Amino acid sequence: MERHEYDVVVIGAGGAGLRAAIEARQQGKRTAIICKSLFGKAHTVMAEGGAAAAMGNVNSDDNWMVHFRDTMRGGKFLNNWRMAELHAKEAPDRVWELEAWGALFDRTKDGKISQRNFGGHEYPRLAHVGDRTGLEMIRTLQQRVVALQQEDFEVHGDYEAYIKVFAECTVTRLLKDGDAISGAFAYWRETGKFITFDAPAVVLATGGIGKSFVVTSNSWEYTGDGHALALLAGAQLINMEFIQFHPTGMVWPPSVRGILVTESVRGDGGVLTNSEGRRFMFDYIPDVFKDKYATTEEEGDRWYTDQANNRRPPELLPRDEVARAINAEVKAGRGSPQGGVFLDVSSRLPAAEIVKRLPSMHHQFKELADVDITAEPMQVGPTCHYVMGGVEVDADTGAASVPGLFAAGEVSGGMHGSNRLGGNSLSDLLVFGRRAGAGAAAYVDSLGARRPQVTGVEEAHAEAMAPLERQGGENPYEVHHELQRTMNELVGIIRKESEVAEALEAVEKLKERATNTTAPGGKIYNPGWHLAIDLRNMLLVSECVAKAALLRQESRGGHTRDDYPAMEPEWRRKLLVCSSKPDGSEVQVVEKTQVSMRDDLITLFDRAELSKYLTEEELAEYDAAAKELS
Amino acid sequence: MSYKGKFRVWRGEGGEGRLEDFTVEVNEGEVVLDVIHRLQATQAPDLAVRWNCKAGKCGSCSMEINGKPRLGCMTRMSTFTEDETITVTPMRTFPVIKDLVTDVSYNYQKAREIPSFTPPKDVKPGEYRMQQIDVERSQEFRKCIECFMCNNVCHVIRDHEENKTHFAGPRFLMRIAELDMHPYDVADRKDSAQEDHGLGYCNITKCCTEVCPEHIKITDNALIPMKERVVDRKYDPLVWLGNKIFRR
Repeated sequence: MERHEYDVVVIGAGGAGLRAAIEARQQGKRTAIICKSLFGKAHTVMAEGGAAAAMGNVNSDDNWMVHFRDTMRGGKFLNNWRMAELHAKEAPDRVWELEAWGALFDRTKDGKISQRNFGGHEYPRLAHVGDRTGLEMIRTLQQRVVALQQEDFEVHGDYEAYIKVFAECTVTRLLKDGDAISGAFAYWRETGKFITFDAPAVVLATGGIGKSFVVTSNSWEYTGDGHALALLAGAQLINMEFIQFHPTGMVWPPSVRGILVTESVRGDGGVLTNSEGRRFMFDYIPDVFKDKYATTEEEGDRWYTDQANNRRPPELLPRDEVARAINAEVKAGRGSPQGGVFLDVSSRLPAAEIVKRLPSMHHQFKELADVDITAEPMQVGPTCHYVMGGVEVDADTGAASVPGLFAAGEVSGGMHGSNRLGGNSLSDLLVFGRRAGAGAAAYVDSLGARRPQVTGVEEAHAEAMAPLERQGGENPYEVHHELQRTMNELVGIIRKESEVAEALEAVEKLKERATNTTAPGGKIYNPGWHLAIDLRNMLLVSECVAKAALLRQESRGGHTRDDYPAMEPEWRRKLLVCSSKPDGSEVQVVEKTQVSMRDDLITLFDRAELSKYLTEEELAEYDAAAKELS
Repeated sequence: MSYKGKFRVWRGEGGEGRLEDFTVEVNEGEVVLDVIHRLQATQAPDLAVRWNCKAGKCGSCSMEINGKPRLGCMTRMSTFTEDETITVTPMRTFPVIKDLVTDVSYNYQKAREIPSFTPPKDVKPGEYRMQQIDVERSQEFRKCIECFMCNNVCHVIRDHEENKTHFAGPRFLMRIAELDMHPYDVADRKDSAQEDHGLGYCNITKCCTEVCPEHIKITDNALIPMKERVVDRKYDPLVWLGNKIFRR
């Protein structure tokens, strides 16, 4: 069997994975990047709007403290505040660094990186390239990897001496030596042959879990691999009940249902209307945001040109609020003909400006739906977009509880609390990708000459081969479709106890069926086999989502309970932590107390605002801290 | 609204294969990739096809549909008649791994041979100042989603395997133009474009531009201007004379 030795193995080649690998290599570590797709195709290319970083290029009042406050508000104060702090402080440097690696962002008049408005961000903050920012980021990082390989070629005569990409290669198990990570087991999609990676440090950067839902903006890769690998290796997941349904996905034609319509449409002036022509978002401004958003259309419209004297329009509320509002309008019978609402930018900007600012949206609607967005409204509805939950990590190093295991990006949890702001994902990838790469490098250094031994290869091999060897079992595509329907209908945007419980029963049955799937055909590029293997991960992650959703008896961010519609300060202090038996047979969820915010951070907020989120006891602590600092 | 569509799909691996006929359900609004997925789910679970975003943004699902290089996710079924047989084959310029999946490693090798972005040493991150109008030229080329259909269709390598060693293909000649037009790139790329990467082989038939799903004007905006820059250098009489005198 093919076998490789590395210092650091990075699983996933999106923004976080590539940034982590670059860092590990820059710190002199021999680094492998393993990705399920071709190099440069990762889901990061789908990101449209931009990377949030308080550079203050467009509005000089912006700084890391404002960004930190916006992030905490967006996450309804459930965020890991240390992560939110590091993110807000370091994002500008990470964006500037990309520019030095060749990225070409759109510019301001004075030649700096331009920044655009986005939901939940007080100032224009998103560095962008039209509406294809993710592509620019992935290409820049990809080209940075190539640049490092060229440097290594100069010195060692081998492009892959220090950093090698294993493309179209899927990891099925992390390997351990006692408690610590010792490597990873994978197969080549192209040939079906197996590989063992012998490495003391593994960085998970596998992205999200959207493929457990029918309507999603996520690609086939988003099967929760990193989440499941971490669980099976003994690490914990937090916040799995929080799933972001992006308010604006395409709703028609059926085959493109769920494909993302960037928030930039609203950031650049687009408005949401129902079948009666009403700008309904004015009816859905929640109490906690009442004083931050315009109450009349006139004020909202003035804000685009004069932000100092007007409040922002409610179309730019955080995503969870907008998604729920659209859902409610459609349920009340005020939806568009194809079951969404209308999003119109054609009456707000000149056609040429729309094509310039939103080129890929223009292209996407024209090619896929015969809709010209410069002349008519789009129809949009919520789509499963992002999981806030993920591997519980140390904020500074990305380290999980298992020695040698690190995670960054969507697969890690905590940074975004209960709801992520648009634009905070691309910057998250960079900030924590770099930190996880550095964390892994430091961990390898700390081991010195000791290298953990690889174990468990035979078991991993047998597990991966099973669907090919079984005869007459279930069709994996059927099991997958049923899981998607179950999660979409029963653990979707609005949840209630009876439905989530029903979903859990269904998931249990599907787990049984998944152990009996058959993949006809051989080992060479066999998608049926690949899916049969991925099912284990999707089911394990779905079980976490459903179990945590059942326990959290409140509504907050990306978790809305019909039977517990209010946000409860008591619940803000609690994180739900998932862990699993090593064979994945059962997930346990326990409560854990959230660590209180550091005094200098909590006092960045007004007492009046905090009183909407905190318990009386916490407010007393706040008063004491404020007194101390004054 | 749905009908039974006739598909003829390339099946096979390791240099051998054949076209296989399928009859499969087609619904309103679908694209070719949807139908391929339905084939996988119902009739041919091991049918190999690359795809990711299904929104024309990642460039994974390049294939040849009725002989034309297309993205499967952006080719709508409504562009065909219901009784038409739709033939789907892998990209022809690259070796077939299995069914619709080809070995595109040629492209990654070429990417690695182009010297990377080379900024001046004294500009620090955060200090870059560029005007929008100056970045727009290279931005057009950075829209490239690396579907490799331009390289697939380029006759220099499509019909002449032997040229693969010394011809980077439109994708990577465009990459050279992109870097050459980058306001902060200081590397000299003109000689190597011609001598190492085969710019001279391009005889501007514009096939690459025609198939580009991002509608990048590869020939007009990247390759021809790059050729002009090379020519300015190579055939400028003063430069020629200078080279003659000083090279000895």
